[in-house]
Amino acid sequence: MKFTGQVYKFGADIDTDAIIPARYLNTTDPAELAKHCMEDADPTFPAKVKTGDIIVADKNFGCGSSREHAPIAIKGAGVACVIATSFARIFYRNSINIGLPILECDQAYKAINEGDQVEVDLESGQITNLRTGDTYQAVPFPGFMQDIMAQGGLINYVRHKTSQ
Amino acid sequence: MGMTISQKILAYHAGKEHVDAGELVNCRVDVVLGNDITSPVAIEEFARLGTGEVFDQERIVLVPDHFAPNKDIKSAEQAKVVRSFARQYGITNYFEVGQMGIEHCLLPEQGLALPGDLIIGADSHTCTYGALGAFATGVGSTDMAAAMATGEAWFKIPESLKFVYYGKLPRWVSGKDLILHTIGDIGVDGARYMSMEFTGEVIQNLSMDNRLTMANMAIEAGGKNGIIEPDDITLSYVKERAQRPYNLYKSDPDAVYAEIREYDVSKMEPVVAFPHLPENTRPVSEAAGVSIDQVIIGSCTNGRIEDLEIAASLLKGKKVHPEIRVIIFPGTQQIYLEAMRKGYIETFIEAGAAVSTPTCGPCLGGHMGILAKGERALATTNRNFVGRMGHPESEVYLSSPAVAAASAITGKITPPWEIA
Ligand code: SF4
Repeated sequence: MKFTGQVYKFGADIDTDAIIPARYLNTTDPAELAKHCMEDADPTFPAKVKTGDIIVADKNFGCGSSREHAPIAIKGAGVACVIATSFARIFYRNSINIGLPILECDQAYKAINEGDQVEVDLESGQITNLRTGDTYQAVPFPGFMQDIMAQGGLINYVRHKTSQ
Repeated sequence: MGMTISQKILAYHAGKEHVDAGELVNCRVDVVLGNDITSPVAIEEFARLGTGEVFDQERIVLVPDHFAPNKDIKSAEQAKVVRSFARQYGITNYFEVGQMGIEHCLLPEQGLALPGDLIIGADSHTCTYGALGAFATGVGSTDMAAAMATGEAWFKIPESLKFVYYGKLPRWVSGKDLILHTIGDIGVDGARYMSMEFTGEVIQNLSMDNRLTMANMAIEAGGKNGIIEPDDITLSYVKERAQRPYNLYKSDPDAVYAEIREYDVSKMEPVVAFPHLPENTRPVSEAAGVSIDQVIIGSCTNGRIEDLEIAASLLKGKKVHPEIRVIIFPGTQQIYLEAMRKGYIETFIEAGAAVSTPTCGPCLGGHMGILAKGERALATTNRNFVGRMGHPESEVYLSSPAVAAASAITGKITPPWEIA
């Protein structure tokens, strides 16, 4: 999986309340949730984000609640990938389970600016900054998780397993 | 090489003699939990799986607590999805409004979480049950769906951090203060992906309610789980509640820890976390004087009987400050009843506080006490993120019930010894 997109940058400890505030959790519809994606971190984000854009953030992205609505809102908003210095554990797990591509890369966070075009190769973990031509290496997903991603998320993975 | 208590529980449930940190294992789970926000997503995913049946009707626990009693039409629709699912699949542990409580107060109370269990819940504070010597961790709705069908979940074996608390616990310092102090020390990602093991003489003498408060907030340091080795206090708590066998595990003497931290509690003060992260902690005397608009006493962190007891002892015969709102949320119906029998509810109402039916309510900015722009709350809850309790420009300070009750009387953050 390879994709190119424009970067929106966020800081450290972006929590699940900032990604999708609890006041909107009375629905599970990705399009509805997307309308409020990142609203408490940047109120203008839902209006400006386009399909294929990429979020780059500092450490502990997605800390807080276990709400799967958080990666669903980001995916629903059309974001192709989230690159962060590190992710909170449940967010990391949820993203894989619903098929939102994520990569951990400290270097990328430091070097990439808001508005840069970047190319991401999920399998190799290579991130290229198309403005500067620099590349940054993230650790690719462990095999177990690559399988889940390859099947399009945990549900398909389990379906595949139980049908065997 | 020895194993930690967390590793032992995971090894047992993976059917292995030994596991090492970093290993990926597939485990059988004892309990799968969901609430009114996370279960509807899980139920949709469960339907996509198409297995047509759940792994065990008695091992799935569904608790509508976040927006229940239903706060609006959309919430009512979500609660209905959970209720219908529970009926259709014969889920025995579904808790309707009249029996319910905040999930993490309810499961230990009802004997549904037991020592040695492996529990996953589609709620991040599932880590609460580690106080009983269980391995309990929060997952998302998709994990919940897969586990409802298969009774299994995958895990990466975590490394452990050990926290040793020693010395004499000063009056007014509670489990909440110990955990806030710890989060202040290691930061909100200080235990990311890791187990937090709480131990030492202070923990050995700590009541179950206080232990539950500590394990509850492991997630606020990014922890995968928080855990306390079961002892006599654990056994006397679970003995009369358990309806199935359970296992007692202890860490091996040669278990390996990523780090060991020791805290002398003797000089500790109650702790307050300032906005907008639980790691922004200060001793209460350095927080004193901050004016507040609202006090919330309750939540899965501090909505248990001992929490209400200490709040009642401070509020007895006093009045809450006329310019602030005080709302108290007993964690479960049983806690509510006990508080009523002991006279605490009367004390609260006479003092001018509102007492609510058990619900998560304002803890997550749901309902029953939302903050307006520019307002400030002092809460016994666990998170003070931007917008957590209402308007994005409101603020939440976190504290123990003792500090919250004292502050309710003065209208500003106040050390409890100034009131008692
Ligand atoms: S009381 Fe608060 S933290 Fe606990 S389960 Fe409810 S919303 Fe979550």
